[in-house]
Amino acid sequence: MAYSDKVIDHYNNPRNVGSMPKDDPKVGTGMVGAPECGDVMRLQIRVNPETQVIEDAKFKTFGCGSAIASSSLATEWVKGRTVEDALHIKNTDIVRELSLPPVKIHCSVLAEDAIKAAIGDWKRKQGADEAQASAATASAKE
Amino acid sequence: MAPKLPIYMDNHATTPVDPRVVEAMLPFFTERFGNAASRNHSFGWTAEEAVENARAQIARLINATPKEIIFTSGATESDNLAIKGVAEMYREKGNHIITQATEHKAVLDTCKRLEKYGFEVTYLPVERDGRVNLEDLERAITPKTILITIMYANNEIGVIQPVAEIGKIAQKHGVLFHTDGVQAVGKVPVDVQRDGIHLLSISGHKIYGPKGVGALYVRRKNPRVQVAATIDGGGHERGMRSGTLNVPGIVGLGKACELCQEEMPTESVRMAALRDRLQRAIMGSLDEVYVNGSLDHRLPNNLNISFAYVEGESLLMGINDVAVSSGSACTSATLEPSYVLKALGVGEDLAHTSIRFGLGRFNTEEEVDYVAQRVVETVKRLRELSPLYDLAKEGVDLSKMSWKTD
Repeated sequence: MAYSDKVIDHYNNPRNVGSMPKDDPKVGTGMVGAPECGDVMRLQIRVNPETQVIEDAKFKTFGCGSAIASSSLATEWVKGRTVEDALHIKNTDIVRELSLPPVKIHCSVLAEDAIKAAIGDWKRKQGADEAQASAATASAKE
Repeated sequence: MAPKLPIYMDNHATTPVDPRVVEAMLPFFTERFGNAASRNHSFGWTAEEAVENARAQIARLINATPKEIIFTSGATESDNLAIKGVAEMYREKGNHIITQATEHKAVLDTCKRLEKYGFEVTYLPVERDGRVNLEDLERAITPKTILITIMYANNEIGVIQPVAEIGKIAQKHGVLFHTDGVQAVGKVPVDVQRDGIHLLSISGHKIYGPKGVGALYVRRKNPRVQVAATIDGGGHERGMRSGTLNVPGIVGLGKACELCQEEMPTESVRMAALRDRLQRAIMGSLDEVYVNGSLDHRLPNNLNISFAYVEGESLLMGINDVAVSSGSACTSATLEPSYVLKALGVGEDLAHTSIRFGLGRFNTEEEVDYVAQRVVETVKRLRELSPLYDLAKEGVDLSKMSWKTD
């Protein structure tokens, strides 16, 4: 199978490889896929609590070249966007950008899922914080 | 000295034609172009003589007689002819066929088709080392069993089956024994008498001969085996396989067999040394790499390794100046990883990380060293990228994690 130049570029020079502390309240972690399916993506975002802007993103991926490229591209695209904006990234945008063939579309779906999972995790943390904060306020009032 | 790139190390898929084979074939395209079936002029006689010479060369390699060699278009056709031919010929004796899970698709799909026509097929499982259990085999035989078809050596993991023991079991129960010898013939000593083989499939292009030619050995004595033709026509090859003989291809197959026979004693030792060198270089530099299949019962030119936490296709992409093959699903259209590794009980996670190295006559030590070095550096790089390697290093048991799958 021939890979597009963009897939090869991301494979050879993956952007934003790495990890962030997953217990950090500003960090959202999404891990999708399964080893027995041949693809696992972990995508992490760090969000500015004031602006809701994703200031940093990191990934690690077990998977084929297209899976690595899709997640690498995803980190590039989410950086600098607000959380709500990042939710609008569609797998079809990734397919188009990387010229993925039909058998590799699932790689782009996984990357979209990873973004959503990371944002979901971050949102859960914010909810938990607010709940804690309001609980703290409530108990302070008593 | 740096080896010439790209390096070919996928010799279970196909092999280059040996220049000595090409040389033997060339006259039969031009001045000796006759039809071997033309009985009334010298063009035909010349071609026929060349075909009979090739028949003898092939027969010698497997300890058969020339008349027991039937020429075909390749081993897929040989497997089809053997299995379907026996099924039709011995239909009144029974309708049960025994095979095993790691056979080539040419055997498995042929058996599946026969199931549609009322045959019953037993697909034996294999042990962890890739070999069939002989007790399982013997237990599977029923009064309706007409054929056992079990390969000599596997194309993915190079594991050699206990063929002589299977031959004995077949003889004891009066059942015919076909073996797909594509990967074994010319690489290890195959002897149809010693091994009790009744039908044996051979391919040209796996033994430094041309593509598009193969042979089927059909035993003529103790017992005399008959197969119904799958291709009808002029009654060539004693009626078992009609069609004008591919004389240049047959000459090439014969020459390839002769060379294999002459060189096997030294070549098999050299292959094993190269394979062991490759294995040592890779396993000495990487943790969590696993050889798939038996190391004791194995072709000298095969190495099949799982590189935990590194997906096979991404590894192939990183060593793109080396031609090897992957058991990963991502290299196929089906998205299913290798059924052969699955049959061995290799988990799907590890099956996705497997690479097959197939050494051949023209590989050198320099090439082996280069391939090992490229593999090691690429695996290390990809493990840095792998979330699974991270988790494993943290001590997380990946098999106990719950993965969201749809």
